[in-house]
Amino acid sequence: MKRLIIKRLLQLIPMLIGMSFVSFIIIQSSPGDYFAQMKMNPEISPETIESMRTSFGLDRPILVQYFLWLKNMCKLDFGVSFAYHIPVKTLIKFRLKNTICLAIFSLFMSWIIAVPLAVIAGYKEGTFFDKLLSMCAYFSISLPSFFVALLFVYFISKTNLLPIGGTRSIFEVDASTIMVFKDYMKHLLVPGLVLCLVNVGGLFRLMKNNFIETFNTPFILAAWARGVSRNSVIFKHTLRNALNPMFTILGMEIGSLLNGAALTEIICGWPGMGSLVLEAVLSHDLYLVMGSLVISGFLLVLGNLIGDILIAFFDPRIRIS
Amino acid sequence: MRKLLHRLKNHSRLAYFSLWFLLVFYFASFFADILAPYHFDHQFRNKPYHPPTKIHFFDSRGHFHIRPFVYNTVVDDPVFKTYREDHSKIYPLKFFVRGKERKIFFFFKTDRYLFGVDQPAGIFLFGTDNYGRDIFSRLLYGGRISLSISLIGVFISFSLGMITGGIAGYFGGIIDQTLMRLVEILMVFPSFYLMLSLRAMFPLNLSSIQVYLLIVLILSLIGWAGLARIIRGMVLSIKEEDYILAAKSLGLSHWKILLFHIFPNTFSYSITAITISVPGYIIGEAALSLLGLGIQEPYPSWGNILSSTIGNLRVLGDAPWLLLAGIFIFVVLINFNLLGDALRNVLDPKNW
Repeated sequence: MKRLIIKRLLQLIPMLIGMSFVSFIIIQSSPGDYFAQMKMNPEISPETIESMRTSFGLDRPILVQYFLWLKNMCKLDFGVSFAYHIPVKTLIKFRLKNTICLAIFSLFMSWIIAVPLAVIAGYKEGTFFDKLLSMCAYFSISLPSFFVALLFVYFISKTNLLPIGGTRSIFEVDASTIMVFKDYMKHLLVPGLVLCLVNVGGLFRLMKNNFIETFNTPFILAAWARGVSRNSVIFKHTLRNALNPMFTILGMEIGSLLNGAALTEIICGWPGMGSLVLEAVLSHDLYLVMGSLVISGFLLVLGNLIGDILIAFFDPRIRIS
Repeated sequence: MRKLLHRLKNHSRLAYFSLWFLLVFYFASFFADILAPYHFDHQFRNKPYHPPTKIHFFDSRGHFHIRPFVYNTVVDDPVFKTYREDHSKIYPLKFFVRGKERKIFFFFKTDRYLFGVDQPAGIFLFGTDNYGRDIFSRLLYGGRISLSISLIGVFISFSLGMITGGIAGYFGGIIDQTLMRLVEILMVFPSFYLMLSLRAMFPLNLSSIQVYLLIVLILSLIGWAGLARIIRGMVLSIKEEDYILAAKSLGLSHWKILLFHIFPNTFSYSITAITISVPGYIIGEAALSLLGLGIQEPYPSWGNILSSTIGNLRVLGDAPWLLLAGIFIFVVLINFNLLGDALRNVLDPKNW
């Protein structure tokens, strides 16, 4: 187990270097002399330019710039945002927290819904119930996240059931932690549900396929033959094994979740990474774009790593080999 | 091809229907110039946010008309954009009406449209937007942009994926290693962030044709990596087949083997993969245009028809028919998904 984790961590290093290189190239190939543009901008103070010039070597050769930038990255220093005049790190830290909360919330919701339904549909394969659920899954897969988000926003603007936009509507200083948390959850509900609705179909289909595949293996037949009870066969023998491949999916899903979350955040006004990167692109805030790109890539890699570790933890076959 | 269609029909009626449905959609947006009652930038200045026009058979005195007709509408409340029908005159719905000349794809000229009504009345099947432009016409014209971007994008990334995947899988060794590492690095980024960052490389204000090409470029650059990896896997297994050995011993060059003996064998997978990946491109274009980074006004695309509703609850409340663009996207996506799934089952050798 330990060796596996160390091996995976070592494999990450070239990946991260390649990733940072691609990000760097994307930003470098932006049109115009970036440094000169910065000097022209009266909103950026000379001190900021001076400090960034020394730490990022903005007037030195490109390769030197890359290594300086990489060095700063390792210290988690992504430079200063031109639009906000604060370090990119601070901005990302605040927004990242919201995005991760949103992702975890919707992930949790969609697993809670998809897995039990998939088990029922898989067990009763071919029945009306199964077909109905499969149809719903098709709908869920084909729904673009921005469309669902717009529908939700429309619905809420008509009914005023839930707050929308931002993370809180209580601004009193003496508001208790519990109240703030409740308020936060209320704001989280709309984007969370949108994402859940969009993701649940794909999860359901994967889980159902896994379940059916496992259900038709000889060891389940053996379990039946030994007279194991139905519940035990379904939950202990089939579900336990059918869930294993899902942990790999969990890692991969982080990526699709980030994509869906970005548009949902923008439409629902949830201050997360997605809306941050859009603002950055619109205001040509390149260091912010670069920082977000690297962080989002890092999140995806991290998600895959967690998925791999989880599957090794739950599946002895992989742990041993 | 014919056999394939027949098998598809036998496998799933629904998917067969999807295929025809998609063809009709493509056909309709290709011939938008004839089918749309108005040109995409034709403005009814006095009719912004007009709700869908009611088509009547009975006039205000209860008389039945065999030819459906509409009433002209006048603004009731200019602030809240409510409209009232003017019952004094009826405007019958006419087919193959004459109007301003339009060009169909630069070649043919037409001055007849499928249907329309006389001015000053308007027929807005899906209502109008903030400039008083007919949404139905814009959706048809927008489909031309959205659907063509997805097709060209798929074609480019597929060619790229085919070439890199084929070369990596066939030659192996150091070439394989480098190409696959490159692919993996591209796949590390969540596509939305990569898409926006690539868009940030270019100025925000580009001409329409530049934006169109840029979107195609960005989408295919993001899409090819996954395809290349899968094609590589297939080529790896195909190249061990005996007939490849036979081709080699006959002295065929590597390129000929790749082109004539390996690629045709990935065909069945390719068709499925193309069908399944088209939705991603449609969503990608819509997302970019929705955020104001893609197709710019006055040109319509399914994304930018929706874009005026973002962050503006009043527009959404006043003119919910703008959301119909989302329904168009959804309908096309679900048909592509149904078709893709059925094709995968039909083309899977296990099911023959």
